[in-house]
Amino acid sequence: MKFGVVRFPGSCDEGDAVLACERVPGASAQILWHGDADLQGAEAVVVPGGFSYGDYLRVGAIARFSPVMESVIRFSREGGLVLGICNGFQVLCEAGLLPGALLPNVGLRFVCRQVNVEVVRSSHPFTADMADGEVLSIPVKHTTGRYYAPPQQLGFMQAHGQIVMKYAHDGNPNGSSNDIAGVCNEAGNVFGLMPHPEHAVDPLTGSIDGLKIFTSMAHAHG
Amino acid sequence: MSTRARVLVRPKEGILDPQGVAVERALPALGFEGVSNVHVGRLIELDIDDPSQLPAMCEKLLANPLIEDFEIVSEP
Repeated sequence: MKFGVVRFPGSCDEGDAVLACERVPGASAQILWHGDADLQGAEAVVVPGGFSYGDYLRVGAIARFSPVMESVIRFSREGGLVLGICNGFQVLCEAGLLPGALLPNVGLRFVCRQVNVEVVRSSHPFTADMADGEVLSIPVKHTTGRYYAPPQQLGFMQAHGQIVMKYAHDGNPNGSSNDIAGVCNEAGNVFGLMPHPEHAVDPLTGSIDGLKIFTSMAHAHG
Repeated sequence: MSTRARVLVRPKEGILDPQGVAVERALPALGFEGVSNVHVGRLIELDIDDPSQLPAMCEKLLANPLIEDFEIVSEP
């Protein structure tokens, strides 16, 4: 499995994302520069966290138009697996690859802590190594993480199994609709979440639960 | 000949605007009473040759229509 990890000006978690991908047995990872439309043979793409293009105008709004994103959009339409983490999730929403948008946290504060994330649907390429209802310990660190979609769209997403992860145990850190932590597109091959699985892959930092997302992707790819 | 234009971007009606709430709560603390319904948005000013492009520009980049309303104000 060859992972490609996008680097925008202002990305800051692409290094950890590469390390997380490389912990998957048999996998390799390579950085994809934002100005280069070539995905360099990547079999799955990770859009990492950070502050792409300074988060100017709106989070993710400008990154969405970079040359690499045009290729990522095409890649996703061909069924390729795309994972968006935090700012990457925001970019995928702005690009229209995922429904909804991310708004400022209800408390207006930067939230940085370990949260419990419940797997709502394990029948997805990104959660295949997990069980329904399993709770993962993964950190969040964001100011703009309040997931929002209009009520009608939320109903549609619910009915189509697009709500993949929720904050568990009343631990919603940002006021997101229905405690949503992560959603996928209708086809199931694009997944975005606010928590940072790439920061939970080594016992040194308290949890290795995040690694399961990366191993799931590798297994789904076969 | 370019036109000076302004685009006002606001949080959509009905979506919680915590910045507006924070400002609304801060004002009485400074002695300004009787203020309600505060919302915080963005002002974008630009010179543009063809103002008919503005709506598309707003839909595509300047605002996110899912969460924001925009209003175009062109100066004569």
